[in-house]
Amino acid sequence: MLKLERLVIDNGGFLLSADLSATAGAKYAVIGPSGAGKSTLIGGIAGFHPIKSGHILWQGAEITDALPGKRPVAMLFQDGNLFPHLSVEQNIELGIDPDLRLSPDDQERVAQAIHRVGLAGLGTRRPAALSGGQQSRAALARVLVQGRPLLMLDEPFAALGPALKADMLDLVDTLVRESGATLLMVSHDPADARRIADEVILVAEGIAHPPQPTAKLLDDPPPALRAYLGAPDLP
Amino acid sequence: MAGRAQPVTPAPGVGAAVLVAALILGTLVAVALRAEGGRGLGPADWAAVRFTLLQAALSALFSVALAVPVARALARRRFAGRRVLIVLLGAPFILPVIVAVLGLLAVFGRSGWISDALGLVGVPPVQIYGLHGVVLAHVFFNLPLATRLILQGWQEIPAERFRLAAQLGAGPRAIRRLLEYPMLAQTVPGVMAVVFAICLTSFAVALTLGGGPRATTIELAIYQAFRFDFDLGRAALLGCIQIALTGAAALAALSVARGDGLGDGLDRPLQRWDALSRIALGLDTLVIALAVLFLLLPLAAIIVAGVPGLPLLPVSVLVAAGNSVVVAGLSTLLLLLLAVPMALAVAVGWSQGVELAGLLGLAVSPLVIGTGLFVIIRPLADPTALALPVTALVNALMALPFALRILVPSARQVVDRHGPLAVSLDMAGMPFLRRIAVPRMRAQIGFAAGLTAALSMGDLGVIALFADAERATLPLQVYRLMGAYRMEAAAGAALLLLILSVALFWILDRGGRWHAET
Amino acid sequence: MKYLVFAAGVISATAAHAELPELTVYTYDSFVSDWGPGPVIEAEFEKTCGCDLKLVAAGDGASLLARVRLEGARSDADVVLGLDTNLTAAATETGLFAPHAVQADFDLPIDWSDEIFVPYDWGYFAFVHEADVTAPVNFRELAESEMRIVIQDPRSSTPGLGLLMWVKAAYGAQAGDIWAGLSDNIVTVTKGWSEAYGLFLEGEADMVLSYTTSPAYHLIAEEDASKAAALFDEGHYLQIEVAGKLAATDQPDLADAFLEFMVGEAFQSAIPTTNWMYPAVTPASGLPDGFETLVQPDRALLVPAAEAPSVRDEALAEWLGALSQ
Repeated sequence: MLKLERLVIDNGGFLLSADLSATAGAKYAVIGPSGAGKSTLIGGIAGFHPIKSGHILWQGAEITDALPGKRPVAMLFQDGNLFPHLSVEQNIELGIDPDLRLSPDDQERVAQAIHRVGLAGLGTRRPAALSGGQQSRAALARVLVQGRPLLMLDEPFAALGPALKADMLDLVDTLVRESGATLLMVSHDPADARRIADEVILVAEGIAHPPQPTAKLLDDPPPALRAYLGAPDLP
Repeated sequence: MAGRAQPVTPAPGVGAAVLVAALILGTLVAVALRAEGGRGLGPADWAAVRFTLLQAALSALFSVALAVPVARALARRRFAGRRVLIVLLGAPFILPVIVAVLGLLAVFGRSGWISDALGLVGVPPVQIYGLHGVVLAHVFFNLPLATRLILQGWQEIPAERFRLAAQLGAGPRAIRRLLEYPMLAQTVPGVMAVVFAICLTSFAVALTLGGGPRATTIELAIYQAFRFDFDLGRAALLGCIQIALTGAAALAALSVARGDGLGDGLDRPLQRWDALSRIALGLDTLVIALAVLFLLLPLAAIIVAGVPGLPLLPVSVLVAAGNSVVVAGLSTLLLLLLAVPMALAVAVGWSQGVELAGLLGLAVSPLVIGTGLFVIIRPLADPTALALPVTALVNALMALPFALRILVPSARQVVDRHGPLAVSLDMAGMPFLRRIAVPRMRAQIGFAAGLTAALSMGDLGVIALFADAERATLPLQVYRLMGAYRMEAAAGAALLLLILSVALFWILDRGGRWHAET
Repeated sequence: MKYLVFAAGVISATAAHAELPELTVYTYDSFVSDWGPGPVIEAEFEKTCGCDLKLVAAGDGASLLARVRLEGARSDADVVLGLDTNLTAAATETGLFAPHAVQADFDLPIDWSDEIFVPYDWGYFAFVHEADVTAPVNFRELAESEMRIVIQDPRSSTPGLGLLMWVKAAYGAQAGDIWAGLSDNIVTVTKGWSEAYGLFLEGEADMVLSYTTSPAYHLIAEEDASKAAALFDEGHYLQIEVAGKLAATDQPDLADAFLEFMVGEAFQSAIPTTNWMYPAVTPASGLPDGFETLVQPDRALLVPAAEAPSVRDEALAEWLGALSQ
């Protein structure tokens, strides 16, 4: 279980408070108005913003002050998830050893991950030689070999077309199901949330609210969310 | 930028900056501590300070004013040989002073090519000696540097902006107002500060082309204090004034323009829709042609003078050339060990202090730093035995400001773009440095290394204070040949030096780009 | 800094192999260069001394004195070679030098009786010009002529200081007027001799301040008789180059032996065609062919060493005053 205890995250003067917990293995969508603090929330959990007060606990262990790379977190950013000067294979290998010293077993795992995301035969290419969807798949393959129990997505598929984005979300859904990881996914599209998330964490006006079941929240949104979603989304 | 998690620790860079500052200020203190009485600064010294400020300010002004049109023309034109031209334009900057001055005078002097040509039509020869001569020579040395810095500014304007401007139907004047003036406002102060700082420590050029003791600079006053009056206190005091002036110029520039640089991307294709008119093409062609003539004619003079001397070169000159290559290599290595961590420290937020420490290398008088190092080393080891490594160290310190201008922008970019991902992959520290930072900064590292190697080849540096017969460098042998009346052989050695410097620069600079991808 | 330690280690390792006593002589840079007297003198002295002669270069004459003062009594030098009479008073005043015991029959234009310093060569400053040009015969005529000259800065160059002393010795209180008259003849002032001579050879000036012996180089080494030195009727200023033994030397006997060697045949016969100066003791074989063609000044001018420092400062002020207008 991920527990945020009276947590206040400081993102360059912008403060976000959170007091909530998330069940291990569940899938959460983080939604809310632009500028409300969605990215700040997962950035804070991943270790990119200073914690002003409160605690972050994973399975009962305190990770509030751990370095980002030492947390049980794998994260995909809005862009720049691959190093352009390394091959697809090397980019994935980074998930196992940042210094690229891999055992034969490790290499086997990388090959499997490449195969699993549907990039077989493309491992030696550089990211620039891949399509946008293939780049997302490569990044997901790395998440796979990282084997971290928490997966944070900060809208990594925002630039993809609707069909491709749906494909990616389905792939994420499958991978998360297989590995039993907990997913926190920032989104500004309620359809994404309905497609994949068990529950929704609403972030509004500097506060991350405790999760609520997706359908319930979206069908009967509180005022802050209603304003964001706008009338057409109302039933 | 993220609040605390960074892919590299600033500690090595901050440590390098502290080391550099301690070394440079330490030499100053070492000189001051050896002072025995002395008379402090007299009116003549203040006159030297005033003249130094005047010539450095004018030199910076003219170098930059002329560099803007050249950079603009180079930014919007692509032609065969452009890349070679840009490398060759850097040559004046790396020549030993005496060689460059003789090359300049072969063109602009009383009996130079231009005066000869004027003589054919009955016009009196060019009057080169005077304040305008000093400025002309400093423009010759610094125009290429200023051009490259400003060219970089032009290429950092995203291609999309030009596309947008073209879509809006903006003409050349609107482009200038919308895109070019704001960029120049950001870039020009930094470039002026660098040129100003370089000209502050000028001595032989200013005196020779200034035409007499009116053109006494601070560096000459230091020289006088040291060898004529043996007044080490005054020498150190004048050294402090140089540092203070450079520091003031640097702070002013840093506060206006952040992160300008010589940087990457000289060949980035940039479609310009505003430069298609025939007038613009004609103007650009004219500007490039004039710059080429101004910079390459003196080089041609050096080559013409040097070719007959090449077969006359004795073995000792070749040995010295070998020494110089070793010094240049060592200097480059030292520079990278200092500059790469310092650039990364700047990139993760330690900007002002580290950049200032780096700029000290420009400010310090070679005579003061050489003397100071001599005083410091002597109780520990034989300074003569260390002549070559000490020269390499001083050369690295002198190249540091340029290397930082080149490396900092790309270090910032690497840290900003790849830092968070690297941190989340737990590859902070050495893995980030080896796998991400160095490969991504490769082109800039190559350029900085090339510039350092070439500067080190050409600089007489402090070797003259330490050298014995066996440990001469090539520039020192050029001076020795001249001092022994062997002007023809000296010209040959100077040509050899020019060839080696440009070759080293070319190899390192190209090496950085050889496999550069994306 | 690792390489420094490494380099120091390598050097001390090689030094450990040297068993011969070492005599360290500080001198100016052009002396040790391959084209100066250094190599032949080192070989000749080492034939007889049973020692290792180490020549260390330290800029020019004035830098040499600054270097010795910087090192003080703990200097590694045993002998300093390359000061001139403009510097000997200041050098004596440091108390770092010891008296010599050299007895020699000097062939100098003046009597030599310094207890501390031993002369090894000398020359006259002169303006050098193309032989086919009619040169002025004194400073006043030069000032009135259209001749363009290039000179060296007295603050950074030994010949530059020599010219200052020359005008002062010839004209005393009127030196300032002479400089005022010369100011429009001076093309420019350079940092050192090499720059000035280079400018002259490039054709930037009609005359350059150098030595009466300069044409001998062109004549003997290049078989080129096109250069000449202008003979001035005020007389010519002398430069006498000297060496001295340091009081704190750890090789006093070797240092004495070197000074003796210095006025001997082997050293003196090397001087004319390597240092391009007159030897202090004319060798038995006489001067090389070609030296007889050089101009011979009627009067040798020299400010006595003891007065040189004060005259120097006064002359510099006049020079700066006249040329900074």
